[in-house]
Amino acid sequence: MKEFLLIFRRNEVSEESQPSPEQIQAMMKPWQDWIGNIAAQNKLVSSGNRLASEGMVVKPNNVITNGPYVEMKEAIGGYIIVSANSIDEAAELSKDCPILKMNGNVEVRAIVPMD
Amino acid sequence: MFMNEKELIPHLFRTEYRKIISVLCKLFSIEHIESAEDIVSDTFLLAAETWGLKGLPKNPTAWLYTVAKNKALDYIKHNKIFYEKIALEINQSQTPFHELEIDWSEKNIYDSQLQMMFAICTPQISSQDQICLSLNILCGFGAEEIADAFLSNKKVIYKRLSRAKSKLRSEKMKIEMPSPPEIYKRLENVLTTLYLLYSEGYYSTSQNTTLRKDLCIEAMRLNLMLTENEHTNTPATNALLSLMCFHSSRFEARTNKNGNLILYHEQDETLWNKELIHKGEYYLGKSSQGKHVSKFHLEASIAYWHTHKNDTTEKWESILQLYNRLLQVEYSPIAALNRTYALAKANGVKNAIVEAEKLNLIDSHFYFTLLGELYTTIDKEKSKSHFLTALSLAKSMPDKQTINQKLANL
Repeated sequence: MKEFLLIFRRNEVSEESQPSPEQIQAMMKPWQDWIGNIAAQNKLVSSGNRLASEGMVVKPNNVITNGPYVEMKEAIGGYIIVSANSIDEAAELSKDCPILKMNGNVEVRAIVPMD
Repeated sequence: MFMNEKELIPHLFRTEYRKIISVLCKLFSIEHIESAEDIVSDTFLLAAETWGLKGLPKNPTAWLYTVAKNKALDYIKHNKIFYEKIALEINQSQTPFHELEIDWSEKNIYDSQLQMMFAICTPQISSQDQICLSLNILCGFGAEEIADAFLSNKKVIYKRLSRAKSKLRSEKMKIEMPSPPEIYKRLENVLTTLYLLYSEGYYSTSQNTTLRKDLCIEAMRLNLMLTENEHTNTPATNALLSLMCFHSSRFEARTNKNGNLILYHEQDETLWNKELIHKGEYYLGKSSQGKHVSKFHLEASIAYWHTHKNDTTEKWESILQLYNRLLQVEYSPIAALNRTYALAKANGVKNAIVEAEKLNLIDSHFYFTLLGELYTTIDKEKSKSHFLTALSLAKSMPDKQTINQKLANL
């Protein structure tokens, strides 16, 4: 079994479409069900983290800019780590990811073992 | 409460064995654990003989303590090295040897048991061996009973017990309470052992229902002790006790007269023990202090929802989300299967079948039973073929009967 990082990229959420607590609750379910599906197959290595949309970018020569990043159309919204026999299998697991219904995408990357 | 010595002695054996042995091991040090065991066994043997002939003493427990004390003093007298060590201490305290008292105070008994629990749950002993040793020392189970509960044989259990005991001796394990940080570190191990002890009783396929119930009760007694000590009374301790209360509330409802398992949705809920359900709710409330959510919290909450017999959207959605979290904390095949059942109830059978097919637990009869169940309303032929596969994988009679019943109901 190899490990793969699944990176969720989402379109920037505009200020006016700030979801209500009830909407956030409703958004949680598909995510929890999807991660639960992976965990039930014993293929979840880490539930990873969700990332806030604000951020900073540090560049050479002491240049620090605030996000959102004009040069990036899609921001990273979060990630999980799964185990799978192949990258195809890892991609298969990503097909039901709720980010796809929100116009986002999933990037699947093999993790290089350290030893 | 007890009619005669026939019922009383086994009961006292369960409750007093660990107390006497813990106090004696604390006094003797763990190196003499086997002698302590002999003393307790001899004490109970004498009780069985004497009480049978002369009737019950006024205070049977005090009788046991006195006899154990005399036997302990005898042992000290006849063990030269030991005698010299104890004699030295006695000289210092100026107490004549024959007046040496064993501290049977409630506090010392309580402390010794708790300390014994922590000594057994040292990380140096494997968890399987810890459970055997706990059953043996903390619950007074003999090798034969342990073998019966584990569906194993006596020889294997003897081996486990002697390996664990020699580890206790070689490590010179002290019967004392570890420092609070060490308690905290080892508590998880202690709780896991109690959890496994309880599960062994609750899920064992052994036909001996009395034995299984005893196991569960003893695990609860030990867990209750942990809630009475400020250092061990943590949210996780309460969550585990809550889980045990909820499960135990269904004891009378989950088997029929022949000892066969009655599945949850076929149980007569009027047989569920309301008092235990209330206790479970009480400890679940106590467990909700603090930020850390242990797997015991999640399992107790799942068990809480199962005390509501009626199917509601809220119930199954809550159970599904709890299983989603539980599986992220710790995967187990049984949690994966139960989660899929909840998925069917919350999101519909079709969705659950898609996910069930991916689980691939092809050695488990539970897996094929679940698939058979899910297909019941969708495709009778597929359902039947899954049940037949389950039947070919099932080993115990109760499991086979349950599956045959499902086939007959198709």
